[in-house]
Amino acid sequence: MNINKIIPPKIAQKIMNGLFIASGLLTILILILVLGYVLVKGLPVVNLEFLLADPIDSGRAGGIFPMIISSIYVTAIAGIIATPLGIGAAIYIVEYANANRAVRLIRFGAEILASIPSIVYGLFGLAFFVVFLQFNWSVLSGGLILAIMALPTIFQVSEVTLSSIPSSYREGSYGLGASKWQTIYRVVVPAAIPGIVTGIILGMTRAISEAAAVMFSVGSALQTPISIFDPGRPLPLHLYTLATEGISLDNAYGTAAVLVIIVLVITIGTNLIVDRYQRKMTGG
Amino acid sequence: MNRIEVKDLNVYFGDAHILKNINTEIPKNTVTALIGPSGCGKSTFLRTINRMNDLIPSFRKEGDIILDEEDIYSPKYDVASLRKKVGMVFQKPNPFPKSIFENVAYGLKVHGIDDKDFLHQQVEESLKAAALWGEVEDKLDNSAMSLSGGQQQRLCIARTIANNPEVILMDEPCSALDPISTTKIEDLIHKLKNDYTIIIVTHNMQQATRVSKYTSFFLNGEIIESNLTDKLFIEPKVKKTEEYITGRFG
Repeated sequence: MNINKIIPPKIAQKIMNGLFIASGLLTILILILVLGYVLVKGLPVVNLEFLLADPIDSGRAGGIFPMIISSIYVTAIAGIIATPLGIGAAIYIVEYANANRAVRLIRFGAEILASIPSIVYGLFGLAFFVVFLQFNWSVLSGGLILAIMALPTIFQVSEVTLSSIPSSYREGSYGLGASKWQTIYRVVVPAAIPGIVTGIILGMTRAISEAAAVMFSVGSALQTPISIFDPGRPLPLHLYTLATEGISLDNAYGTAAVLVIIVLVITIGTNLIVDRYQRKMTGG
Repeated sequence: MNRIEVKDLNVYFGDAHILKNINTEIPKNTVTALIGPSGCGKSTFLRTINRMNDLIPSFRKEGDIILDEEDIYSPKYDVASLRKKVGMVFQKPNPFPKSIFENVAYGLKVHGIDDKDFLHQQVEESLKAAALWGEVEDKLDNSAMSLSGGQQQRLCIARTIANNPEVILMDEPCSALDPISTTKIEDLIHKLKNDYTIIIVTHNMQQATRVSKYTSFFLNGEIIESNLTDKLFIEPKVKKTEEYITGRFG
């Protein structure tokens, strides 16, 4: 039976064109719907006071200033730890280790690490950072968990990017008498910066959006954390608490809107910077 | 005086015997062309001279390569200084994704030179020597990737010259270029041969006759015949050479 007789190629082509366009449009539509809904419901409660005041009555009134600071704290701690570690592991795999068993093990490990549910990380954080290392409920404990969560993302994206750097760059550098380390930091890493930054941003946006991973380790304090050993309450956890404990759905949406805007600003901002860097680098 | 002496060189990649009993001498400040069919070991030979093959784990060699009376494979020979002395231009132009200036200054910088005036002076001189200065003097900060293929290859030559080498290895430097760019590179080679010892791998036999004084014919990892280019092409001594240069195989 010839398939061309059931559906003639020209018509099949038209059907497939339609399906692909529809998939594309649907993806954008979902994004607009989710973002639009959160922003429409949340933005009315967002004003300067909401951003800069402490919460009153568990968050029924007042603002979310301590939560913004908590989020900055945990995300920054995660970034400071996971970025050098992730990039370092990627450089090791791509530039130093030859394709051997250890490499496959590290890659496999990163994949598993990336697929562990965040609530499991949360439980591990409670046992290890909070109890065993006695960091207690603190933005430090929360940040460390998020570092572990962001690590595989940063590693994986950096590794793919570094592997895609043409070996002709490395040869050119060696050919001029550069050492391996000089080649890595003067040629390979600068050429990979756009991809590496994308990996860092993916890891950081994952970290800043996590509630489950930090809920057992960061505490749930309503005060602004000053030191890294103070407890805090990052935005997603606040949002979760407001919604599930029926405290204030309006303020939950407000918190969600702030979180979404922060993530959007980080993503769009770094994309612009990376684009500029890339144009300068390649003259494109 | 001979710049490079090769004695009983054998090269292996794992079990594969790539270069067999190579004995040759490369004279100073001349152009030597290496010709032969694909896979005959020309590029491997070239890369043995600046120890680029060291990067390949399965690489192994026997025999000696003497540069200025020193064995370049002796344990105390510094590879970085060897590659400064013996520069290399690759088949496909491979500028770094950096500015034109940074590309030319790269070799100097990795060898610890950071005096700005000196760098600027060296970059200008190298670009002039590579016949590229006039085309790029107003846009040294632009990305090297914005140049045409032929300009990129001359930039790579400038980058090599900036290191003040004695020998320049060229691995089919024109194979990715159009005829006009090729002519420019060949003119450049004529200019450079007064100051540098140049070894060029080429698939183009006309190119070998145009640019080189000496030619070595490689086949299956052996040097079949080496002679003055004029002699080798006009009256080859070995039958295989004659068959190759008259286009019967390869």
